[in-house]
Amino acid sequence: MASRTSTVGSRAKRGLVSLGWALGGVLVAILLWEGVKVLGSIITLPFETSDQAMPHVWSIVSGAMQPEVRGSDTPVWQTVLIAAIYTLVIAFGGFLIGVAVGLLLAIVMQRFAFFERGLLPFVIASQTVPLIALAPLIVGIGNRISIGPFEWGQTQSIMFIAAYLAFFPLSVGALRGLQAATPTQVELMRSYAATPRQALWKLRFPASIPYLVPALKVSAAAAVVGTVVAQISTGGRGGIGRLIIEYARETTAQPAKVYVAVIGAVIVGLLAAGLVALLDLYLTRNLPKETLT
Amino acid sequence: MKTAPRGRLAAIVGVVAVAGMTLAACGGGSSSGESSSAAPAPESSSAAPAPSESEAPAEECTEPMPVNLQLQWFVQAQFGGYYAAKDKGFYAEQCLDVTILEGGVDIVPQTQLAQGAADYAIAWVPKALASREQGAGIVDVAQVYQRSGTLQVSWADSGISTPADLAGKKVGNWGFGNEYELFAGLTQAGLKPGKDVELVQQQFDMQALLNREIDAAQAMTYNEYAQVLEAVNPDTGELYKPEDFTVINWNDVGTAMYQDAIWASEERLADPAYQDMTQRFVTASLKGWIYCRDNPEECAQIITANGSKLGASHQLWMMNEVNKLIWPSPLGVGVIDPALWAQTVSVALNTLNADEVTIITADPGEAAYTNQYAEAANAALTAEGLNTTGDDFAPIVVELKEGGA
Repeated sequence: MASRTSTVGSRAKRGLVSLGWALGGVLVAILLWEGVKVLGSIITLPFETSDQAMPHVWSIVSGAMQPEVRGSDTPVWQTVLIAAIYTLVIAFGGFLIGVAVGLLLAIVMQRFAFFERGLLPFVIASQTVPLIALAPLIVGIGNRISIGPFEWGQTQSIMFIAAYLAFFPLSVGALRGLQAATPTQVELMRSYAATPRQALWKLRFPASIPYLVPALKVSAAAAVVGTVVAQISTGGRGGIGRLIIEYARETTAQPAKVYVAVIGAVIVGLLAAGLVALLDLYLTRNLPKETLT
Repeated sequence: MKTAPRGRLAAIVGVVAVAGMTLAACGGGSSSGESSSAAPAPESSSAAPAPSESEAPAEECTEPMPVNLQLQWFVQAQFGGYYAAKDKGFYAEQCLDVTILEGGVDIVPQTQLAQGAADYAIAWVPKALASREQGAGIVDVAQVYQRSGTLQVSWADSGISTPADLAGKKVGNWGFGNEYELFAGLTQAGLKPGKDVELVQQQFDMQALLNREIDAAQAMTYNEYAQVLEAVNPDTGELYKPEDFTVINWNDVGTAMYQDAIWASEERLADPAYQDMTQRFVTASLKGWIYCRDNPEECAQIITANGSKLGASHQLWMMNEVNKLIWPSPLGVGVIDPALWAQTVSVALNTLNADEVTIITADPGEAAYTNQYAEAANAALTAEGLNTTGDDFAPIVVELKEGGA
């Protein structure tokens, strides 16, 4: 009992410490930003550090408080927050689809060696298709899809692009993980006359977790990046990517505005990373800590 | 114990199956896409009697025909006429249900049109002609913008007022086919782009000019030029004034090229049903532009209501400047002036860009445009009592606020 309460206590303490580190990181980022601006006013840097190009942190904060367009009560931060949540939801959808597809591919490739040989090159090749070519194609095809009441819109296209980027790290990582069980362990399962499915559940999945968790993190990041880039690429409404473009056009007179949207994109990335960290805690709850990095 | 994993497996299989279905829906897209080029045919065969009695199209509209219009960019006053036609019911009058598809950074409208992803597209003529030469079967069916909106803006104290003055200067341009009027102007003045002037890739904003990193910046009358006039001059604390700048207008130099036009699919124009749809679409769209000419304030509000994030004064400025590019239309709204078309083609054929490449290598010929639809639309709209040339057009005066607010 005593040991358990102490673990809870140390967990809370560790949580506080990491929160402190996170806040410290934000502080360092602010100091760096302002420091570069001061440096730029003393010596000539290879990039512009004027208030136009790099507005002060306080200008960005006050820019976030301004109404988005004249006459509306919505301040910029609120629009950015709504866009960030919307982007996160799409990225999450893309992440789920990407993980499902990636896992399925990994299982199939692990089970049947000829699939690995035949499919893996295509999985890798899929990531060499530039998004600039892919995005208009997917949107174009999507415009023509409607199955009953279901209409494939821009949101679906963007989610598809997110999934397309997210499935790859997961399928490769999961395949590596599923193959991580040692021959001795596989032999043992065989000696128990375990079916392939049993071996998968009892041995290969647990053995893959140290590989799966980092792959999930990369996939989540890919899904967020994919969503934001796809929103920029296709002009998808309501998302943070579109806001970045729209605000970038107003940079001449309101240079702070676009940075509010960029911070929104950063928040989406942080939230996504946080969600995966929670998943990580769940998946690794039974693993001895030293096997994890 | 034994069933638990199986239940989980079933759940995973379920998730995967859903994902698979989603993918299958998408993979099936290409095939459904192929069939969709044929899809309008059965639909229009039900509306087949329409072309024969196209004089009275709005008579019996039981089910409006779905139409997709692909824009080059997000909703803004540049596309005011189409949004007005939609919101004021001009498309509905013609029994059309128009979906306006906004563009994005990587969306090329004429490509979307050529691939069948849209029924009509708005595109600049030179860029569309380049796509056409590369195999996109598209036809200019209404030349909405009669003038070019591209400027080269410099500081008044820099002494740049003609293309020849750009010699030895840092000249900003956007590239990607937006630079040909500038290059043609330089060539006409006896300068070699990239040799006699220093070309600089320009961003979306005008900071480079305001910071004096470049001597001349490319700007659209309706957008970037307004951005400059919405910025505060740090020396005076007030907004910059037009007198602070000089402007080279390519319409005056004689190297202007046709810009926003409505493009249709050449292949589908062989189909009488699509011809009929095109006629109705062009007529309603041009009616929208006439409405925006006569009601610029209301049109600017329609644009904002459709989700544009531009400030009110910037939006109205854009609407007014766009009107100036369209009106007056001496031959009728949307009608192509063969002389200006020839000028566009000639610049596209003869101007080398920085890589020594021309936009097109052969004259696209007369098949690349038709005045049939715009002329019929003018006749129909004149019969409605509308002024289709805008010979009495007078622009309004728009006062820009800081940041376009």
